[in-house]
Amino acid sequence: MRIEVDESRCFAVGNCALIAPAVFDQRDEDGTVTLLDATPPEREHEPVRAATLRCPASAIALHENETRAHDE
Amino acid sequence: MTDSTAIPIGGRAAGCPFAPVPELYEAQKDEELRRVTVPSPLLGDFDAVVVTRYEDVKSVLADDQLRMGGSMPYQAGNLLSYDGPEHSRLRRMLTGSFTTKRARELRPQIEGVVESALDTVAQAGQGADLVKHFCTPIPTLVICELLGVPYADREDFQHRTAVALDFNTSREVQMRQAAEMEAYMAGLVARHRESPGDNVLGRVVRDFGGELTDSELAGIGNMLLIAGHETIASTLSAAIALLLGHPDQLAVVRDDPSATDGAVEELLRYCAPAAILPRQAAGDICVRDQKIKEDERVVASVLAANRDLGAADQDLDNLDVRRPVQRHLTFGFGPHQCLGQQLARMELRVALPALFTRFPTLRPAVPLDELDYRTNALVFGVNALPVTW
Repeated sequence: MRIEVDESRCFAVGNCALIAPAVFDQRDEDGTVTLLDATPPEREHEPVRAATLRCPASAIALHENETRAHDE
Repeated sequence: MTDSTAIPIGGRAAGCPFAPVPELYEAQKDEELRRVTVPSPLLGDFDAVVVTRYEDVKSVLADDQLRMGGSMPYQAGNLLSYDGPEHSRLRRMLTGSFTTKRARELRPQIEGVVESALDTVAQAGQGADLVKHFCTPIPTLVICELLGVPYADREDFQHRTAVALDFNTSREVQMRQAAEMEAYMAGLVARHRESPGDNVLGRVVRDFGGELTDSELAGIGNMLLIAGHETIASTLSAAIALLLGHPDQLAVVRDDPSATDGAVEELLRYCAPAAILPRQAAGDICVRDQKIKEDERVVASVLAANRDLGAADQDLDNLDVRRPVQRHLTFGFGPHQCLGQQLARMELRVALPALFTRFPTLRPAVPLDELDYRTNALVFGVNALPVTW
């Protein structure tokens, strides 16, 4: 799985940081999403999918079939 | 085109105030979106497209063309009075104060507020009204922290906000209260202008005060109060009433800290205090190939969408605080999704287990089916919740 976030779309409600805190965080000054891990390990995949579905801004894009760069 | 029979879009089932009226489930089954007359004390009756399915509500609320429009009375500084770039600009000034991290940082203050409310309940003794002594003071005092209301002013502030929530007071009393609160907010803004406090309103004044007028700043203060007060007080009262009627689930919230977060999501889903969200189309919108035309009003039923059986393989009509977290639209969706939701979650996560731990034998002092539920207001809750222990 590879994740991309679009900061310009983000509404900063923090659902992603709530659901998958190992993968997403929020900028202190305005709450915009920051990506902590663009290719998270398997155990994070379900929370990341839930966070993506619950993002009110559709600011998270998932590429399910792309594997972690360092696994290859 | 409008149905001859109007759907009571905010309606709740007879004898079961937590469930939507059967007509909303009927509408949910329809492939075609219904257009109905919506009775509104605030805006007068209006015709609107009713959206009840989970995916449909999500899709319209996320649409750029769906606006607040004239759905709410205009107030400078209130995010619900703005759309598009103006809304984003104002919202950006506040989002940094409502992150998940800020909500975690506020936890100790919230715990202090909850403890003092529990002391008041104990002092009030058997038959204490939890709405008065617990559900209302908690969000009020948290708002005091966010606005920087000095301790000396808090009793007056609490009194005024309690009046605002009391549906038994006259219109004159309500108007006077609103005017007093407006004047108080203006004074608070003036004090922050002089020396910005270390709180949400103080930070907005410090960082963006040059771009905002005094009335916009007072409007922001008022919005934080309205959005963060009645909603949380109502959710607390509804959630507690609900759990008192489900003692096995109350025991889970009381005894298993690992279940708290999931239980709060389930209670948010089930209570849906803001049951309907009114909007207006600024341009044509497509929902499953059906067109909502420019200028049409739209009303989304959060209450129905949160129980949309087509969206889950679970029985969403029942409360189950142990179930896997279900998606819900209690905080809305799209650009207007609730700014303070992480704070709201934190207040509920702290308050509910603390109440049941302090009073492990808590039970209603009146039969639950005799409780006075607020079913006809914009925000659903309980007017009084007397308890014994």
